[in-house]
Amino acid sequence: MKFSDLHLCVPLRDLEQTKKMIAESSELGYSQIGVPFPINTKQDVIDLLRQVCGEFGLDLVTRLDLAPKSLGELLSSLRQFRRRFEVVSVLCSSKPLARQAAKDRRVDLLSFRSLEPRKRLFDWAEAELASKSSAALEVDMAEVLSLEGFSRVSLFSCLRRELNTAKKFGVPVVISSGATDALLLRKPQDYASLTLLFEMDASHALEALSKNPVGVVERNRMKQSPGYVAPGIRILREKESR
Amino acid sequence: MTRYVRRRYLALKVECADSSLDYKMVFDAVWSAVLRLFGEVGASQAGLYLVRFDKDTNHAVLRCSHKALPMVKAAIASITKIGNQPAAIHVLRVSGSLKALGKKSI
Repeated sequence: MKFSDLHLCVPLRDLEQTKKMIAESSELGYSQIGVPFPINTKQDVIDLLRQVCGEFGLDLVTRLDLAPKSLGELLSSLRQFRRRFEVVSVLCSSKPLARQAAKDRRVDLLSFRSLEPRKRLFDWAEAELASKSSAALEVDMAEVLSLEGFSRVSLFSCLRRELNTAKKFGVPVVISSGATDALLLRKPQDYASLTLLFEMDASHALEALSKNPVGVVERNRMKQSPGYVAPGIRILREKESR
Repeated sequence: MTRYVRRRYLALKVECADSSLDYKMVFDAVWSAVLRLFGEVGASQAGLYLVRFDKDTNHAVLRCSHKALPMVKAAIASITKIGNQPAAIHVLRVSGSLKALGKKSI
């Protein structure tokens, strides 16, 4: 099984620490990692990181985390930057934003960070929109690991509800580490064990760590390939001119 | 007549910023993680026992009840600190007997 962690927050300015985290990911059994890059990242930085990942046998996925404040900002960012990154995640902080992100085919991952149940906007309407646009719900395990006490209880309760809704509407779930430090990384099987805490099946959890994220990346890579025209339509070969 | 209790043995690898780890610190971390996540009833069902801890390699062997294995694995994965130092514990192998665990590790 090919495991993927689409949210590895490496410190791009500290190459040693970055290498350490990438090496740890490789050792823990991942074969693909997604690294969030700032919008203005130079291609040299991405190439260097790709080379480092290659040394450890990992496939680097470029990711953009959008945290827009308005609908206009979201649409403008998607228009400008979608094609430069392989995966785009949107942090949904308000209802209009969440709805737009869920129905926009350019958005791959929907993130909800608030710990207040009322501000977790992944409800039935959101799930229905997401299921039509094939956006996935992202669960960051760093939050599960780092929170304590009442906030963690609240997070478990929100995740339990959201994962039930996602299952009901067939919205794919992607589990990612969200780790900012090597000690916050766990094996894919350990993450699958942790999902017991919010009542997710082990088989679904393993899918959320392998099949679902890998599927998102493959779909986007196909879209960004030169022969792509539309969903289901690709240029296989062009007619030779005589 | 005593009832046979099915057990599971877990080979663990401990990673910690503090190099002076000992048996008690590791066992306390596992114990408190189980207690925190599953409460006193859960902890009482887990049948936890740290069989051994190797300071040099930071490898440990933990015993738990067969039924509590998913619970114990979740608790182990949730550990982020040992003492006051950031740490992580990874499950390397799970087996039904110490002998088989040794063979699998080889």
